[in-house]
Amino acid sequence: MRLLNLLKIAYKAIVLNKTRTLLTMLGIIIGVASVIAMLAIGEGSKESIRATISSMGSNMITIRPGTDDRGPARGSGGDVQTLILEDYQLIKEKATLLSNITPVVNGGGQVINGSNNWPSSIYGVNPEYLDIKAVGLQSGSMFTDAEVKSASKVALIGQTVVENVFPDGQDPVGQMIRFNNIPFKVIGVLEEKGENTFGQDQDDVVIAPFTTVQKRILAIDYLNQIMASAISEDDAPEAVEQVTEILRSQHKIMETEDDDFTVRSMEELISTFSSTSEMLTVLLVAVAGISLLIGGIGIMNIMYVSVKERTKEIGLRMAVGGKGSDILMQFLIEAILISITGGLLGVILGLGATVFIENFLNWPTSVALYSIVISFAVCAVTGIFFGWYPARKASALDPITALRYE
Amino acid sequence: MSKEIIKIEDLKREFTMGSETVHALRGISFDIKEGEFVTIMGSSGSGKSTLLNILGCLDQPTSGTYEIDGVKVKDLSRNELATIRNEKIGFIFQSYNLLARTSALENVELPLQYNSKVSTEERRKRAIKALEMVGLGDRMDHTPSQLSGGQQQRVAIARSLVNNPVMILADEATGNLDTRTSYEIMSLFQELNKQGITITFVTHEPDIATFSSRTIVLKDGNIIQDYKNNKVQSAANELAKLPQEDH
Repeated sequence: MRLLNLLKIAYKAIVLNKTRTLLTMLGIIIGVASVIAMLAIGEGSKESIRATISSMGSNMITIRPGTDDRGPARGSGGDVQTLILEDYQLIKEKATLLSNITPVVNGGGQVINGSNNWPSSIYGVNPEYLDIKAVGLQSGSMFTDAEVKSASKVALIGQTVVENVFPDGQDPVGQMIRFNNIPFKVIGVLEEKGENTFGQDQDDVVIAPFTTVQKRILAIDYLNQIMASAISEDDAPEAVEQVTEILRSQHKIMETEDDDFTVRSMEELISTFSSTSEMLTVLLVAVAGISLLIGGIGIMNIMYVSVKERTKEIGLRMAVGGKGSDILMQFLIEAILISITGGLLGVILGLGATVFIENFLNWPTSVALYSIVISFAVCAVTGIFFGWYPARKASALDPITALRYE
Repeated sequence: MSKEIIKIEDLKREFTMGSETVHALRGISFDIKEGEFVTIMGSSGSGKSTLLNILGCLDQPTSGTYEIDGVKVKDLSRNELATIRNEKIGFIFQSYNLLARTSALENVELPLQYNSKVSTEERRKRAIKALEMVGLGDRMDHTPSQLSGGQQQRVAIARSLVNNPVMILADEATGNLDTRTSYEIMSLFQELNKQGITITFVTHEPDIATFSSRTIVLKDGNIIQDYKNNKVQSAANELAKLPQEDH
C-alpha cells in the first residue's frame, strides 16, 4: 500500500477521534514543551554566567602567588611574597600568547575628598590594565607609561567612589583626592560595570600606577598578582601553560615540586560556575524526559484501544487483500502521526513558554536549536517504539476471528 | 466446456478443541466452473462456514487439495494468501462490513489500495464503474450511515467486483435484509452472473437456492446433495409478484 494512502487512513482515524487523540497528544505536547523550556532556561543561565564572567575580560589570565595545597598551614595566596616585578618582566618578554600584561598591587583604604570619605580599594597597575579588564573610560584619560615610571600621584576612580566622595555631582576629573592621606589627582572616571557574578561591586575601585601604590601606599617590594590577557579566548589554555613554564623555570622549581604560584584563565572560572547550572539542567531535562515517556505510554494505550475497536475493520482489510505488513504500517503510521503532531504542538508550546518565562519571570533563556531537534526526534522514536507493539498485535490477527469480532 | 475456477479434492478440515478433534469437513470433492452460480447450503454445524473460509483463502485445509484459478492454495504463506484474496476473490458479508464514515466510493476502492499494480486514477475509474454496475452511480459520496441496508450491500457488491475477481464469495449476503430487498439483491446477482461472473453463495435459506444454477448441500462435513437447478427462478419476477407496498 502506498504511503500516501496510509497517511490518509491515519489522518482519518485521528480526525474521527479528535478529543481522544488530542488528550493522548497532551502527554507528548507537555513532555516536548517542558524539555524545550527547561533546556532554554538551562542554556540561558549558562549564557548569563558566561556573559558576566566575560564582562570581567574573557581572555583574562590571573597569576597569583602561592598554591592551594602547600604545607599544613595554608595562608591565602596574597600573603605569600613569591611574585615579584622580575617575574612580570620575564613573562612580558617571553610569553608569546599574551597581548597585554600588568603587575597588580592592591590594598584597602579610605578615599577622602574634603568632608566626604569612603572606604575603597586601590589597584596599582600599568596602562594595559584597562584592556585586560575590558573597562572603558567615562571621562578623562588613563595614565601613561611615563607616569608609571615616575610614580606619579594620579588616579582613576570608579562610579561608586564618584558617587560617595563627589556627592554634589561635580566633575571629579582634575580634582584632588586623598587615599590613606596620600594626595592623588583624579585624571579619569571608569565606566560603570555593576556587580560581578560574585556580588562584588566592580565600580568601587581606585586605579593608580603600580609604582605609586607599591612604594607610597603599601610600601612592599612584591606583587599581589599579575594580570594578563591571552591573544584570544581559544589561546587562553595554552597561554596558561606558557606562563606556568616560564614561572617554574624562573622560580627554579624542580620537576617533582608543586608550583609556588597559581595561573588561572577565565575559561576555568566559567566552567566551574557553569557546572552547577549544568547539573540543574540535566535534572530538569530528566524530569521533562519522564513526562515524554509517560506521553509515549499514553500513545501505546490509545493504540491498543484503536486496534481493539477496529478489529473488524482489520479483518475486512485482510479479507480484501491487506497483508500483515500493510496493517502494521497503518497503525504504526497512526502512532507516529500522533506523536509527531504532538511533538510539533509541543515545540510551539515550548517556545511560547520560553517567551513567557523570559518576559514575565525575567529569567534569562536561550532556545538551542539542538533541543528542538532532539525532542522532535525523540517524539518520532517514541511513536515508533510505543506504536510498534499494538501495530504488531493488529497485524498478527487471524482474519477469520477479526471478521467475526463484535 | 468452460474452465474450472475451483477444484476441490478430498478436502478435510479438522480442529483440535482441547483433547477432542472436531471434523468440520470430512473429505469433500467438487469443482466450480466459470460462469456458475452455486449456492452452498446447510444448517449450522454442517461445515459451510469452514468451507467458506477455505474457499476464501482465509483458512487452510488440513488435507486434500484446493485449487483456485489454477493456483494450489495449500502451503501458501499468509502474504501469498492475502495476494490471492486481493486478486482472485470478491468478498460479500452478511453485515456488509463497510468502513464507517467513509464514502461509498472509497469503500469500493479499498481492495485496489492493496494492489500496487493499480494506479490512483485507475482505482478511481474502476470504483466508479463498479458502483454504476450496482446502480449506485448517484450515491458515491454517501457514507454507510446515509444508505439503506440494501444500498450498503450494493456498495459491498461493488467492492467485491472492483478487483475483477475470478469468483464472488457471498456469505449470507441477504441475511440482514427484508424479503423485498433480498430479492432485489438476488436479481442483481443474477444479472452479474449473466455477464459471466462466477458466484458462490453460502446460505441457509432454501428459497435463495432457487435463484442459482446449482446447489451443494452440506451436512455434518459431507456433501449430501449436489444438483443442477434446471428451472432457475428469476429474482426480478419474484420481486414483481410481491404485494405492492403502500405509498
